[in-house]
This record gives sequence, C-alpha cells and structure tokens, in this order.
Amino acid sequence: MGDYIMLVISCIFVNNILLMQYLGNCPFLGTSKKMETAVGMTMGVIFTLVMTGALTWVVEYALLKPFDAQYLRTLAFILVIATVVQFVEMYLKKFIPTLYAGLGIYLPLITTNCAVLGVCFININENYSFLQTLVSSFAYPAGFGLALILFAGVRERILLARVPKPLQETSIGLATAGMMSLAFYAFKGMA
Amino acid sequence: MAKTAFQEFTKGLWTEVPPYRLVLGLCPTLAMTKQVDMGFGMGIAVTFVLVGSNVLISLLRKVIPKNVRIACFIVVVATFVIVVELLMQAYTYELFLKMGIFIPLIVVNCIPLGRAEAFCYKKGVLPSFADGLGMGLGYTISLTVLAIIREVLGNGTFFNQPISFLGPTFQPFAFMITAPGAFVCLGLMLCIMNLLGKK
Repeated sequence: MGDYIMLVISCIFVNNILLMQYLGNCPFLGTSKKMETAVGMTMGVIFTLVMTGALTWVVEYALLKPFDAQYLRTLAFILVIATVVQFVEMYLKKFIPTLYAGLGIYLPLITTNCAVLGVCFININENYSFLQTLVSSFAYPAGFGLALILFAGVRERILLARVPKPLQETSIGLATAGMMSLAFYAFKGMA
Repeated sequence: MAKTAFQEFTKGLWTEVPPYRLVLGLCPTLAMTKQVDMGFGMGIAVTFVLVGSNVLISLLRKVIPKNVRIACFIVVVATFVIVVELLMQAYTYELFLKMGIFIPLIVVNCIPLGRAEAFCYKKGVLPSFADGLGMGLGYTISLTVLAIIREVLGNGTFFNQPISFLGPTFQPFAFMITAPGAFVCLGLMLCIMNLLGKK
C-alpha cells in the first residue's frame, strides 16, 4: 500500500507531468485562460487517460510483446488513444449530455495532448504492473490538473495587471509557468 | 495569392517559425534544449517527419475522405516517426537514449498534424514539400539557438565540450538547465521575437 501512496505523490508532485517533464504544454497554455476551460480539460484528460493507460498496457503485453512487434508501439498507442477519445465523445454525447456540453470542444484536443501518449510510454518504460499503471494513469493527469487549475487562477490575475507589450499573452504565461515550476522543484527534496 | 515554392519555404524560417510565432510543438522545445546535440537532433528528426508526411499527405489528398482525415494524418505521421525512431536507434544510439520518449512523441507534436490539416490537405506536392522543409529547418534553428543559450550559460559547455573563452572563473548558472529555467528562457525568447517584429 505504501508503495502506491509513494507512486501517487511522485506522479503528482515530484515528477509533475507538466512542470517537471514538460509534457502537455499546448493545452496548458491554450486552455488556462479561464478557470472553466481548465477544469473541463482536466476532467477530460483524467477520464481518457485512465482508459487509455489500461488499454495500452493490455495492447503492449497481449499483442505487441508476444508477436515481438514493439517497433509498432507508437502507431498502436496513438490509434488506441484516438479510438478511445472518439468513443468517449460518442458515449458522453449519448448518455451524459451535461458533461458532454461541458467538455465538448476539449475532447478532440486530447488526442494530440502529448501528456496522454507520454504517460502511456512512461508506464511501459518503467515496467509498471497493471495496478501500478492504473494508479499512475490517474495520478499523472491529476498532477496535470493541479498545475493547470493553479495556473488558470494565476492567469486570471495577470489579465488585470499591466504587462509590457512584447511580453503579453504566451510570453508572460511561460515566464509565470517557470515560477510555478520553481515551486514544484522544491518537491524534489521529498523523493 | 499564388505563392511560389520558395516563399512557402522561407516563411517557415522567419514569419511563421513554429515554436516562436505559431507557438506549436512547445514540449520538445522545452525538454530537448538542455543540450545542443539534443536540440539539433530533435530538429532534424522533426524535419524528416514533416517533409515525409507533408509530401505523402498532399499526394493522398484526393484519396483521403474528409470525415476520417485526422485519423489518416495520424497514421501517416506515426509511420514516419517509427522510421525516424528505428534510424536513430541504429545510427545515433546515445542520442536515442538521451531523447527517450520524446522521439515517439513527435506524433503528437502538433506541427506535422497542424501542417497537414492547414496546408497539405489543400495544396500540391511541391508547395507542401517546401513548406515542410522550411518549417522543419525553422524548428531546428529555433531549438538549436535556445539550446545554445541554455547549455552555454547553464553548463558552460557547447556540444558537450567545455568552452575555454569563458575563463576559469566562470560559474555556470545551473538554473538554466532545470525545468523552471526552460520555461523562463522560452518566455523571454518569445518576448525577443515579439520585439523584433514580424517584418
């Protein structure tokens, strides 16, 4: 049990996918302008990553490894992700329309979110068991969400500040992300 | 608005440099600029994938149905990424190990997919080739420049060789090669590009 708690802490804080492993920056900068979109994106990523994490693990150990076709991993994983995202979209539209209305436009974006594919690769590279894969597939996007939501809060404040013209928009966003990353850097001492 | 192939090529080098102007493909820009060889290698890998996928998609643009185009683009891009991955594993094994998961992640790098959707699906083969080459080289140069700044200041080395002219008293500021340094550096780089203007 203790191992799993350590894994969760390391995924959320110490190896934060966004600020420490530099994955998923496009949606990070794209959807952090408003709190609502940040929350929507977070929900979507957690939802799809738990499913894709489990599925890619099965694909790796049930299909690719027995047939010695691991060089096809990239192709296989991205197809799994694209399919799952499409499936989730259809399912939500049909059965949970309120959630679909909330996530709507962010769902297709998740396919090209490198955090999703990145976590699937990390799970395989670290030789995680199925249960560990499930835990990390939940904890990594939770860390992603934490950073995204915190950053959205900061960014709403930046809108009120007077930023010099060349620094506006993405530029100041990245510099702010650097400061947040510095804060997360302190967690390295915990590991 | 009939641009020549040469214009399509040069726009990727300055007015539409992917990471700084279009703000695409940021993840490798942050992660792969710790050392110059990583940045340069990443740039070349992306260029190869871009040129290949651009040409193939523009050749297939009449065959690919509109409704499933994104899935088709992903398959084409992923194929070229696998080619790069295998090539790097065979010829530049050390770099391959250093770059780790960022090589397969070129699939979701936004640049190849973005160019396919915005450009190649509508244009002919020659402009697509020029566009891919220009964008790829622009990306390579951007990554290399950022990597030079970070490696020289943060580590006091260039292509892993110590630099002599910095003098024996030079203290590298380690902040530059850490994750926070990457974000701040890229932010300042975007600021400089904004200052220089689009021309």
